[in-house]
Amino acid sequence: MSAEHEHAHDHEHEHGHDHAHAHGHEHAHDHDHGAPHPLAADDTSPPGRYELMIMAMRDLLIEKDVITAEQVRKGFETLDSWQPARGAQIVARAWTDPAYKARLLADGNEAIADFGLNMGGAKLTVVENTDDVQNVIVCTLCSCYPRAVLGLPPDWYRSKAYRARVVVEPRAVVKELGLDLPDDVAIRVHDSLADLRYLVIPRRPAGTEGWNEAQLAAIVTRDCMVGVANPQVS
Amino acid sequence: MTGKLEAGDRVRIASVNPPGHRRTPFYIRGKEGVIERACGEFANPEELGHGFDGLPKKRLYRVRFKQTDLWADYTGGPADTVDVDVYEHWLQPLPAKPQGQGDRA
Repeated sequence: MSAEHEHAHDHEHEHGHDHAHAHGHEHAHDHDHGAPHPLAADDTSPPGRYELMIMAMRDLLIEKDVITAEQVRKGFETLDSWQPARGAQIVARAWTDPAYKARLLADGNEAIADFGLNMGGAKLTVVENTDDVQNVIVCTLCSCYPRAVLGLPPDWYRSKAYRARVVVEPRAVVKELGLDLPDDVAIRVHDSLADLRYLVIPRRPAGTEGWNEAQLAAIVTRDCMVGVANPQVS
Repeated sequence: MTGKLEAGDRVRIASVNPPGHRRTPFYIRGKEGVIERACGEFANPEELGHGFDGLPKKRLYRVRFKQTDLWADYTGGPADTVDVDVYEHWLQPLPAKPQGQGDRA
């Protein structure tokens, strides 16, 4: 967990202790929480406050037969099945169908329903790159991300370095990621903090005239829809 | 608290530091921006974060800030911006700029 939570983490550790006593969770009793969830990546750092709460809640819900471990696994499987290819299909449709693009820009939630997708409680705000503007997405507070259309965010999107720096020196950050923006292209950073999620429609590159949606979707990568890259025609 | 704001309205983000689950980042507190669009009403995440129902719903806006207004040493161009979604209770309306004053170059 992040440094700013260390104090809270220590406090929460104590709480976790009491909790373990009350419910006889021996595995939570020792400080290394020796039974990491098999679906979590290996991580030798101590769990933070929220990870502890999640683990405790998960274990309690399973112990009390509210949910099953199988349901938890399926939940992860569903999340992992959400792929950036969904967003690429949406962008390809927008490139080939101006009426669809207009709907997408006006109301993202409504337009992605054409693909059987829904945003849950969040509002999908679609922004379009132009000759003059490059849009870039971040969540400086945590890792808000349009998961319904792009899947789970990449590690770099969740990194403190990206989150802190892209609002302060976006040109340097995208350049480090390989995108050298001309000075006359404005960079518009979108900090998704509360109930908005963003999807970038990149510019359709020259050389794709006559391509069908499937061909176009193949060049719309995840990072293009976050705005730190632009589609390439090889 | 503010009345309904519209695209183009100038606002200042409250320069306050309340405890609790806050979704308004420090880097825009006290800064001036312009409403880019109204986004509708949502249950207040600052209340939801503490287990309350978040009601009544709050108006949410996208506020556009010029990078050069946020960071004194910003090295990019004057057209570079950051758009942030901000809840109405953080927004203080500002009078429209007089004609001719223009934006800071």
